[in-house]
Amino acid sequence: MAAEPSVVEVTLESDLKNVEVADELSRRVTTRAGFDEEDRQRIEMAVHESLINAIWHGNKNDASKRVWLKYEIFDDRLEVRVRDQGNGFDPTNIPNPLAEENLLNISGRGIFLIRSFMDDFRVEKLAGGGTEVTMIKRYVSKSKST
Amino acid sequence: MSMKANTRQVDSVTVIDVSGRITLGEGCAQLRQLIRDHLSKGNKNILVNLGDVSYIDSSGIGELVSAYTAVSNQGGQLKLLNLTKKVHDLLQITKLYTVFDVRDDEAEAIGSFAKQAGA
Ligand SMILES: Nc1ncnc2c1ncn2[C@@H]1O[C@H](COP(=O)(O)OP(=O)(O)OP(=O)(O)O)[C@@H](O)[C@H]1O
Ligand SMILES: [Mg+2]
Repeated sequence: MAAEPSVVEVTLESDLKNVEVADELSRRVTTRAGFDEEDRQRIEMAVHESLINAIWHGNKNDASKRVWLKYEIFDDRLEVRVRDQGNGFDPTNIPNPLAEENLLNISGRGIFLIRSFMDDFRVEKLAGGGTEVTMIKRYVSKSKST
Repeated sequence: MSMKANTRQVDSVTVIDVSGRITLGEGCAQLRQLIRDHLSKGNKNILVNLGDVSYIDSSGIGELVSAYTAVSNQGGQLKLLNLTKKVHDLLQITKLYTVFDVRDDEAEAIGSFAKQAGA
């Protein structure tokens, strides 16, 4: 029943210049997966934010560290994984950017945007070290028709 | 690819026409410097035209907030003009749409500064 997903996977040096490379890749993959323009932009932004976090917070901008980016296109969804070599974080422990006292903060909106734009968001600390963020987006039209 | 900004002076208002990407790195740094320069010249009525901005990320949003705060702290006003749907939606879900004074008519926006300045 469940067919094997179609996979795109890249390894990136922790350099912010690679974020634009990933943006381009996200556009290609989401187009191929058949998402509409609005969802393509949302997925691109979610991956963009996650990648910056992996480079910046996870790998601390250390160019000797790597970020792994993996897209898996399933029949009913796209799964994106962003893995870094950092110590991870607790996503339930992040200040709410919509709270009155945080509204004018300069940062702290990335995870919130990812959560708003994707159907599922998980953070896992890997046994061998590093952190993996998983983001899932389902096809609205396909998931409704069974 | 990256951000471009052109500045025009209309009456007492400095209009900054921004195009391209306001994202972490160059785009954000450029915008920050520009706002800083205008404030140091005493230009405190700033209208940022985002009509040709194709992409803003969380850092870009942060930069707009930071610009807003910097201008307000100097007793000035920063307003936004011509949001694309994408940018509009971003400001909406981050609740910043209510913080910024957002306009879609340039002449009207310019007038709104004059009124407040003369009051
Ligand atoms: N990959 C990661 N590794 C370690 N910590 C992370 C990672 N991603 C996020 N974090 C932590 O979660 C916090 C919230 O991340 P989020 O992206 O929401 O905001 P930000 O990166 O601080 O600012 P913004 O994204 O708005 O520019 C970060 O400040 C950081 O402490
Ligand atoms: Mg972030």
